Amino acid sequence: MPAFWHWFVAAGTILFIIWCIWLIGWSAKQGPQGKSDEDLTGHKWDGDLEEWNNPAPKWWLYLYFITVFWAVGYLVAFPGLGNFEGMLGWSQTKQYEAEQQAAAERFEPIYAGYAEMDFEALTQNPDAIKLGASLYASYCTTCHGSDARGAPGYPNLTDSDWNWGNSEQQITMTLKQGRNGIMPALGAALGGDEAIDDMVTYVRSLSGLEEADEAAAAMQSKFVALCSACHGMDGRGNQMLGAPNLADDVWLYGGSADDIRYTLVNGRNGVMPAHGELLGENRTKILAAYVRSLGSGE
Amino acid sequence: MRHEVIEKSVNLMMVLIVLVVSIGGLVELLPLMVSDETTEPAENIEPYSPLRLAGRDVYIREGCYGCHSQMVRPFRSETERYGPFSTAGESVYDRPFQFGSRRTGPDLARVGGRYSDDWHRLHLVDPRALVPESNMPGYPWLNERMVDPELVTAKLRTLKMLGDPYSNEQIEAAAAQVDGRTEMDALVAYLQGLGINRSNRR
Repeated sequence: MPAFWHWFVAAGTILFIIWCIWLIGWSAKQGPQGKSDEDLTGHKWDGDLEEWNNPAPKWWLYLYFITVFWAVGYLVAFPGLGNFEGMLGWSQTKQYEAEQQAAAERFEPIYAGYAEMDFEALTQNPDAIKLGASLYASYCTTCHGSDARGAPGYPNLTDSDWNWGNSEQQITMTLKQGRNGIMPALGAALGGDEAIDDMVTYVRSLSGLEEADEAAAAMQSKFVALCSACHGMDGRGNQMLGAPNLADDVWLYGGSADDIRYTLVNGRNGVMPAHGELLGENRTKILAAYVRSLGSGE
Repeated sequence: MRHEVIEKSVNLMMVLIVLVVSIGGLVELLPLMVSDETTEPAENIEPYSPLRLAGRDVYIREGCYGCHSQMVRPFRSETERYGPFSTAGESVYDRPFQFGSRRTGPDLARVGGRYSDDWHRLHLVDPRALVPESNMPGYPWLNERMVDPELVTAKLRTLKMLGDPYSNEQIEAAAAQVDGRTEMDALVAYLQGLGINRSNRR
């Protein structure tokens, strides 16, 4: 901001304060009160009820002056007059930086201590888990739920099913870089409603949800051709690709015939956003330990 | 009884009232209107793309600002949750700005990229499908309403007139960019762009 405006602000503020003081002095009533007829307002009720034109009460006048002096004191201590920084040197940015500094001094040693700990030990450490729970509440609940049981399309973290694996390295990578679980749309490749229906039945038969009839059983060759590259020959999934196990009872997008049909025809696009920058190295480790502690092993 | 001079002359009183009322505005608002900090874009801040601009207007029409702020204040408790605090230079292309005044829902100033596009689509239609404890209403009609390309072009022209640096080529290409897009597409594009120009990270 050009210097002119700093002076404009400072001069405007100071002149206004001076004016406030002058105005009250100029307009306040002087001298003795209620002595002569001149001090009557001329209003008259019920024949003899008259109104004195008295000055404002003293306490009110003092309050007025106190507010004016408060303003002066404030402007001396805090920034307000143009680019004058104030005697206290306070600024919003400095206050924020001090807050950050204090937090860093308090929390960094704790994080650093956990950073050196063994991951498995960390998953058993009650204090680290408590810290992880608050990180989870900040960053993860929106998709995975405050109870970590997920939502359709957003994995349940409390079960034993780990689409991308539950080793320290795997969870850390999921948190830091995010994941993209793509199921391509296979409607056209399967060819026709009948084939899609049979494939739905075949997929459901893998986990025993349905008995595969002859036509569905014949879909095995198509499953091998179209699905096994990601889900494996036996449909048990592949953690390298985040391809879910189709032979268990966990269904990310729903296990009903309609849900599976939708998945086959339209595909799915699961996105876990990258959180590495948000969390930083040390906190990623604590959160990873917490996430591991939520679920059971494989 | 000199105050009677003022009290008994309406014209003098009017002049003095205007003076008293305007002095605050003159010293507090006027300098900001000419200050670089508030009128120049912060680093990497660009005018809204046509689709995001359309989404911004959906955001305003649906009253999202009633429950969501777009202003991360400089306190640790806020920057830990939302990202770096907001600065004036980030909002120079916001007419009007969407700072908001209450947070029934979370601040959205840095929401871009935090969730996937699909998450936003599902969440805007049925928030409780994803966040069971949410009290946000659903906006399913956004999927059926289309963005009006002519309107977007007119908006860009108006903004250019007001000084936003859109080129004529950008304005001519705008209609094609939003043609056939739903209001849901626009709103999701707008949300996914919030904060990413500067930094929505730590």
